[in-house]
Amino acid sequence: MTVLEKVRPAGAPAPERRPRPRVTDEHGRRVRVWELVLRYLLLLAVLALTVGPFLWQLSTSLKGPSEDIFQSPPALLPGHPTLHNYQRVADTIPVWDYAVNSLKVAGANVVTNCAGSALAGYALARLRYRGRKAATLVFILAMLVPVEGIIIAQFTTMRELGLNNTLIGVVLPGCVGAMNVLLMRNAFLNLPYEIEEAAYIDGANVWQRFLRIALPSVKGTLAVVAIFAFMGAWDDFLWPLIVLSDPSKFTLTIGLNYLHGTFANDERLVAAGTIIAVAPLIALFACLQRYFFRGVGEGAVKG
Amino acid sequence: MASSSTVSGDVRRGARTPSAAPRVRRRLPAGPWLFAAPGLLITGVFILYPFVSTVVNSFTDRRTLIPGTFVGLANYRELLHDDMFWIGLRNSTLYVVGVVPALVLLPLLLALLVQKNIPGITFFRSAFYTPVVASIVVVGLIWVWLLDERGLVNSLLETVGVGRAGFLSDQWLLLLSAMAVTVWKGLGYYMIIYLAALANVPRELHEAASVDGAGAVRRFLTVTVPAVRSTMVLVGALSSVAAFKVFSEVYLMAGPDGGPAGEDTTLVMLVQRTGTGLTGRVGYASALSVVVFVVTVALMLLVLRADRKEDA
Repeated sequence: MTVLEKVRPAGAPAPERRPRPRVTDEHGRRVRVWELVLRYLLLLAVLALTVGPFLWQLSTSLKGPSEDIFQSPPALLPGHPTLHNYQRVADTIPVWDYAVNSLKVAGANVVTNCAGSALAGYALARLRYRGRKAATLVFILAMLVPVEGIIIAQFTTMRELGLNNTLIGVVLPGCVGAMNVLLMRNAFLNLPYEIEEAAYIDGANVWQRFLRIALPSVKGTLAVVAIFAFMGAWDDFLWPLIVLSDPSKFTLTIGLNYLHGTFANDERLVAAGTIIAVAPLIALFACLQRYFFRGVGEGAVKG
Repeated sequence: MASSSTVSGDVRRGARTPSAAPRVRRRLPAGPWLFAAPGLLITGVFILYPFVSTVVNSFTDRRTLIPGTFVGLANYRELLHDDMFWIGLRNSTLYVVGVVPALVLLPLLLALLVQKNIPGITFFRSAFYTPVVASIVVVGLIWVWLLDERGLVNSLLETVGVGRAGFLSDQWLLLLSAMAVTVWKGLGYYMIIYLAALANVPRELHEAASVDGAGAVRRFLTVTVPAVRSTMVLVGALSSVAAFKVFSEVYLMAGPDGGPAGEDTTLVMLVQRTGTGLTGRVGYASALSVVVFVVTVALMLLVLRADRKEDA
């Protein structure tokens, strides 16, 4: 269920009053048949356009060496499906090492973003101290700075710190995103004060109030921050491209670009590589899409 | 100040229980700064400091391994006479012009299509979001393969008798293809933003318009569009800033050198090319970055101002 279905007024008549279930719109009215057919046709057309390219890539990756992948009209399905290309990718580049590197970077990014932005968001929303407005302003300004514009200076900063060409260097600049801090701040602001006041009177200190009361109440936003952090790190291209020069430290995206540059002639190989890179993400998204759409929808409605 | 409105909202919230809120406030030692420290540290060291040093470096002849000295406006003067700079500026601007209208309109239509709760709609919504989830490298490589001289799109075009096109070899077709990929990847993202906005459109408006005899197109123009106008402005601002800073799509489809004779280079590609490597001209790349930053802010202000004018 998405946020839209939840927000919607419960205008639909109770099902037991109906002789048989009919398709109704968001206001509980019946949808006409021709309109429904038209809608599904359009939906299927868009589906082909958005998901089709991924399926074509999957199909290419499964085609064996004896098949002509360039034939016209094109063969949409592999004649003799084989997993051979996946093995060949692993023989050509250390794709599993790259995947592990990506996983390390993305995992670290999730942990640091969740912890860092929850802490800072709580400090901005709930704690009172001198300079709080200034601290908020720092994050707002940081959000407005385009990463693309400061990337060379980030690179030189990283070199001064001696962290160039390390996975830590890949993680650090984005490890507490300003956007995530502000998201968490908004989530904490929306919690009623009364609950924390009660805990305060019971003698809970600030860490106890944060960990036991505030944090469990913003799990939804935290999940969104986690998903965004994972995808952002797993998908990032420009920054790792600039920081990493040693092929053994490559993340999957940089490794793929390298594979593409070196073996541009064998599309089966490149296709298998891209499927390895995208499959975990699609799986993750399929599992978490419920939280995702809800959280994103909430943010947009409130924003 | 952007924070002032939210802070006042905060005070209002506190005002409901005037006695308790200040009490919580007073009893805190150094705790608050400990909470904010990790975030402030990272943001300061890796966002704000690099930003300041980008501006400072843009007035020096700093190179990757050489500290550099102050050269005044020399880098900016050189920009004006650099053909690559003008090519980059042209392509980044064209990107905004080509991509933004499509990304303001198409996701809205898509949101209207998936808004109605018909069976299986959750599947369609998620499926339409797949391109957003996929890494830009994956997306780039998929489309390079689709648009290849011998790829699927060309063999379909040939099958229906149109003939093949050099999507990846012709300077303009290449730029257009990259734009199409950007739009394709962005559709789902902006669709979600519109879905949230559409959920807040009161249905009475649609019903009233229906009673008055307005058809679907008419209702879209007189009810839906005005109701989601502020969201359209938001999408316009977000997508124009992103489009101006385009890097990955063009880099992947045109190659690191930016297509035939570098004619498809964008500004950020130029920043990456001139500023990195052992011989990277950090000072000059910083001046390019400052241009990117100034145009980005100008684009934001322009879109927001257009919004305010229409309100008046």
